[in-house]
Amino acid sequence: MLSRLVLRAVPAALRALPPPVAVGVLHTTRPLHTTQQSLAPVPPLPEKGGEVRHGFIPEEFFQFLYPKTGVTGPYMLGTGLVLYLLSKEIYVVNHETIASICIMSVIIYGIKKFGPGVAAFADKLNEEKMATAKAMKSEALQALQTAIEDEKKEQWRVEGYSYLFNAKRNNIAMLLETNYRERLLMVYNEVKKRLDYQVAMQNLRRQKEQEHMIQWVEKNVVQSITPQQQKESIAKCILDLKALSRSAQAAV
Amino acid sequence: GPLRERPLLEVRLGELHTWISTCDFSPQGLLGAAHRAWSSYCAKYIHVRQGGAPGISMLLAGYCLLSYGWNYQHLKQHRWRKYH
Repeated sequence: MLSRLVLRAVPAALRALPPPVAVGVLHTTRPLHTTQQSLAPVPPLPEKGGEVRHGFIPEEFFQFLYPKTGVTGPYMLGTGLVLYLLSKEIYVVNHETIASICIMSVIIYGIKKFGPGVAAFADKLNEEKMATAKAMKSEALQALQTAIEDEKKEQWRVEGYSYLFNAKRNNIAMLLETNYRERLLMVYNEVKKRLDYQVAMQNLRRQKEQEHMIQWVEKNVVQSITPQQQKESIAKCILDLKALSRSAQAAV
Repeated sequence: GPLRERPLLEVRLGELHTWISTCDFSPQGLLGAAHRAWSSYCAKYIHVRQGGAPGISMLLAGYCLLSYGWNYQHLKQHRWRKYH
């Protein structure tokens, strides 16, 4: 059934068109996107259906006869019709009549007794469906709302980014500076070590040369003192000592 | 509004034959008319928040009447009296 989508827009849309075009194709009883009215959002369902009296006679019939015959008109018409059909046997009473009477009484009893309960249950199911749909809709709206607020906050944060980046740049510059100075110090230390080593080497060499030379000179001198020279020097020393002792004795 | 676009219930009795003359009796026209009638019935009695028994019971009553009419010739033979 397409009636759910078409609803009451169909008669109005059809009245706005010449009939041959309106009933051209069965499934599109309205041309698309040419009329002013649109079908979204879909209008909500009406609350109650058309009024019906006694279960199968529409109220419009009673309203139609009311001006001429008053309230009892339709009932008199109904009674007269029924009597006419029965008496002329246009309606024949047979086994089906009894069966229909039994069936209708059971149906009517069932509807009168369980109708409201079933109606309440169906309404509850409908309410649950509507509630889930509404919950989904409100959740979506809420999510979009929070997204909007987050976006605004992000836009506010952007204003502070310049400060943040300045601080970070300063940090990095300081790191680079410290690194550079550490390396400079290391270079200085290494060079100093090497230079100290060279100086120490030179000192050591000179010291060794000096010692060696002193020893060699002493050795040669000792060797050059012959025994003859040794006796002469000893005699000289004795003479000198005697002279000294004589001068010392004289002084005393 | 103009005569040709009014639905049947709003046509007065005197204008009935002119209204019928403006009807479209091609197969497409009849099919369209049937579809319109069915969809307006559904919109009024079935696609509502609180529909009830009358929505279907009217259809069943119409079906009973139709089937009685179709089987009338057979049912006529089960009359109780010969002369009415």
